[in-house]
Amino acid sequence: MNAYVGTPTSRIDGRAKVTGAAKYAGEFAADGLLHGFVVEATIARGRIARLDTSEALKVKGVIDVLTHEHRPPLADKDEAWKDEVAPEKGSPFRPLYDDRIKFNGQPIALVVAEDWETARFAATRVRVEYEQEAFATDLESERGKAAEVDQPHKPRGDAAAALTHAAIRHEADYVLPSEHHNPMELYATTAVWDGNGGLTVYDKTQGVQNVQKFLCSVFGKKPDEIRVISPYVGGAFGSGLRPQHQVVLATLAALALKRSVRVVLTRQQMYGLGFRPLTIERVALGAKPDGTLDAVTHEAIAVTSRFEDFSRNDTGWAEQLYKSPNSRYSHKLVRLDVSTPSDMRAPGAATGVCALECAMDELAVALKLDPVELRLRCYSDRDQSEGLPYTSKQLRECYARGAEAFGWSRRSPAPRSMRDGKELVGWGMATGVWEALQMPVAARIVLTANGHAEVSCAASDIGTGTYTIVAQVAADALGLPIENISVRLADSSLPQAPVEGGSWMAASSAHAVLGAAEEIRRELARYAKAMPASPLAGVDVPDIILLDGAVAKAADRSRSVSIADAMRHGQVERIEKEKLNEFPEDKSHARNTHSAVFAEVKVDEELGVIRVTRVVSAVAAGRILNTKTGRSQIMGSVVWGIGMALHEETVTDHRFGRIMNANIAEYHIPVNADVRDIDVIFVDEPDDRINQLGIKGLGEIGIVGVPAAIANAVYHATGKRIRRFPITLDKLLE
Amino acid sequence: MNNFQYSRASDVADAIRLLAADPGAKLIAGGTNLIDLMKENVERPSRLIDISRLPLREVEETPDGGLRIGALVPNSDLAYHPLIEQRYPLLASAILAGASAQLRNMASVGGNLMQRTRCSYFYDTTTPCNKRSPGTGCSAMDGLNRNHAILGTSNSCIATNPSDMSVALAALGALVHIAGPSGLRTIALTDFHRLPEDKPHLDTNLGSGEIITAIELPPHGFARNYSYLKIRDRLSYAFALVSVAAALELEGNAIGEARLALGGVAHKPWRSLGAEAALRGQAATPDHFGRAADLLLQGATARSHNGFKIELARRAVVRTLMQATSATPQSQAHKKIA
Repeated sequence: MNAYVGTPTSRIDGRAKVTGAAKYAGEFAADGLLHGFVVEATIARGRIARLDTSEALKVKGVIDVLTHEHRPPLADKDEAWKDEVAPEKGSPFRPLYDDRIKFNGQPIALVVAEDWETARFAATRVRVEYEQEAFATDLESERGKAAEVDQPHKPRGDAAAALTHAAIRHEADYVLPSEHHNPMELYATTAVWDGNGGLTVYDKTQGVQNVQKFLCSVFGKKPDEIRVISPYVGGAFGSGLRPQHQVVLATLAALALKRSVRVVLTRQQMYGLGFRPLTIERVALGAKPDGTLDAVTHEAIAVTSRFEDFSRNDTGWAEQLYKSPNSRYSHKLVRLDVSTPSDMRAPGAATGVCALECAMDELAVALKLDPVELRLRCYSDRDQSEGLPYTSKQLRECYARGAEAFGWSRRSPAPRSMRDGKELVGWGMATGVWEALQMPVAARIVLTANGHAEVSCAASDIGTGTYTIVAQVAADALGLPIENISVRLADSSLPQAPVEGGSWMAASSAHAVLGAAEEIRRELARYAKAMPASPLAGVDVPDIILLDGAVAKAADRSRSVSIADAMRHGQVERIEKEKLNEFPEDKSHARNTHSAVFAEVKVDEELGVIRVTRVVSAVAAGRILNTKTGRSQIMGSVVWGIGMALHEETVTDHRFGRIMNANIAEYHIPVNADVRDIDVIFVDEPDDRINQLGIKGLGEIGIVGVPAAIANAVYHATGKRIRRFPITLDKLLE
Repeated sequence: MNNFQYSRASDVADAIRLLAADPGAKLIAGGTNLIDLMKENVERPSRLIDISRLPLREVEETPDGGLRIGALVPNSDLAYHPLIEQRYPLLASAILAGASAQLRNMASVGGNLMQRTRCSYFYDTTTPCNKRSPGTGCSAMDGLNRNHAILGTSNSCIATNPSDMSVALAALGALVHIAGPSGLRTIALTDFHRLPEDKPHLDTNLGSGEIITAIELPPHGFARNYSYLKIRDRLSYAFALVSVAAALELEGNAIGEARLALGGVAHKPWRSLGAEAALRGQAATPDHFGRAADLLLQGATARSHNGFKIELARRAVVRTLMQATSATPQSQAHKKIA
């Protein structure tokens, strides 16, 4: 049955991607296509007093300049602007809606021209006068205004008292900076006008149906008037969960001008989209001398915009990881004159677990305990918030396998005790945790008598490998070679799917495919059994499988009928089945993925230069559908974790309320030289409770824990504890 | 981006004529910096004069045993030129420490000398910047100045020159050959870039209508005892926080000639003849290197975020001189610091 699932199957879209045949949103052609260029606000807060487009309109080739004063109607209720990922509380941003400036870099006009260069040139001719208002963009100076938001985790016991009486206590602030996603592909939309008021919108997004519903409600369109397609996405990492400015602007312009319009944001303009919010994480741990915990408290103070409350679970992760009779968690927000933050790979966990795992390392030092041993002593077999056991939790095995592969037993515990020539060597580790979520997704399979199947679903493949795993699951379930499976994704007219995010799409889409394939199996079994002198006569349908292009008895595969014969006798050319996935209702178990991350750094102490020479990531995430794309996901996550630890930071000049490193020359992410050996270990984690295939998802877990493991390694190398990320060399030299 | 005219110069004289005819014109060769700045609306040339086809691509030996490098030699060609690798490895190393392979393939030697600061305020046309818009003020002075200059600053600008190649050229005592409306002239590379003083909009002493035609390297290449060490926020593809070009002539452990230049710390490659003189005749020891570093860094002043550069530069100078002394120059491929 499993010819493909669990194997390192190469991407079925790999060839299209490397040859350039794969088309991205900004690459679709249309007759008479116009190009839009966005004009952005240059103040952080206030109103547009005057917007003069006359000079821009005089530029040859300019068709129009859309502004809040000159545009087609837009919905005026917040509800219409709330996409499926919008924060519950707040009023979503509306591009070109009115004269209000809510953040620096806000789009305030769209210049539309015959070609992109003309639009960009004319954009410099749009004159704007503002009435500026006092603004604030600095979390640390506004920290006193933080307001608590609802958190799912209730306090247990009396954490404050337990901390006071704890034999060993560690308490510290960890500061995780704002970060931007910087996917390789720029945000782009090509809105193709159909001549009758309808649009086909090619958009870079993580959810075509989310964008489609959003556009229909914002522009008052019927569902059949707008179709959204996004066949390939060049990275998104959460930045494409919500519909972005460019899709509103391209659609607005297409409807205004009754022409096809493309809008591509520049790299710099993408810093006006969502971001991982700067968060101050205050963690306090109280322990007994034996290394068991008495109390955990974790408070996060994060940035949000003035108009939406964005928050994620930064603080509750100790509930899953470490046994403690007392705990308290709180999440606070400071509203600032910035765009609304957004999900970024492992939102909440990447930052919150980083703080928790640095704090655990500091506690291990205080207790004179090995960091792995401390985690084993605090190991929790239950999610303490609801007292639930896990569907599976092989975290102990992650520690063991990771430590063995890394050579952890050879670690000398004292800081500054390991050297390699001029360099100090540091070994650090941390735990990772994420949720194993599953969402309603439907898939359609059309099987034709020639043994070819087309699988379709509105889900996106944001580079993660969804095309490939869908094909693998379908090939196994239908008993066909993977070459006979074609996959269509990310078209809003296909069967339903939510945004691709939260690591839920692998399990969700796989089980939709499995469900549809099961219906096909039943139908084929019926046809096969009904054939004259059928070799399957008398075999019960549940005992019949699909294998090697045939319908066969599971226990005796020589008793089989080819799919083509079965369908001919059933007098059908094609079998089409669409199925919404079904997961057993189970509120009695917690569902999580886990990891243990081990990192080696080498530090030239005199010059402060840090090299991450080795990372071992041992991941327990249920069944790994594809060990090749899965490994790539974890490796990419580890690279990003290196960036979180050492490089990434969006820097704002709070006098102007402007981001000052809005480009990838100055906003540093790791380059090849920063990435050395990465060893990915998938720990066996059979899980027949979570879902039929035992899938948990891999999108987020790989980054969680990596920055802490590196920070802890830097401490072990140097004896210096840097709690303000990223760990740049000036902090080490201080 | 601004609208601009495009002309292709047929020879150097034509380029000079075209420059003289249009005060808003700019020369373009590789365009690796100019086009970025145009996209950001920082540079708004009325005309681009394309000099990329002029015959300035030769690397020739000079009668005195030096080398003359045409202004249009691509950076990567220069770094891998056998005569540079053998006789001026410090220059090859500095070039390879900069940018990426793709950029080095496009960028010309003359253009490298003309690249402009990476100060983020200079790049952001919505903020005050004396270099971009004279008289508007300096945003970096009391703003985000972690990357900014510690030496030779003025009250109007604390920007740094981003070039790696220029640092090595300064240490090697290179000359810049210039052609202009009033003929040919040659100036020392250390006089080519200028300090900001009260005219930070002027990066160099190149006159209006002038064009760089060649770089000349003197005969002495310091091929045995040299090193270029670049310290930055990631291990490759980032501008220097501090970089050091060091070259020594050693007899046993005694220093003969010494050359030392810093990058990433000033509006120009920073060289101090006093620091070099202090090394001459001394033993090649960390103590003497430290004293030279102190002389080189004399007068260094910190702003709110860049104070670390002073101590970092001092340590980097000592380390680079040690690398030069032991003839184990810093590899630009392997990131472990020797």
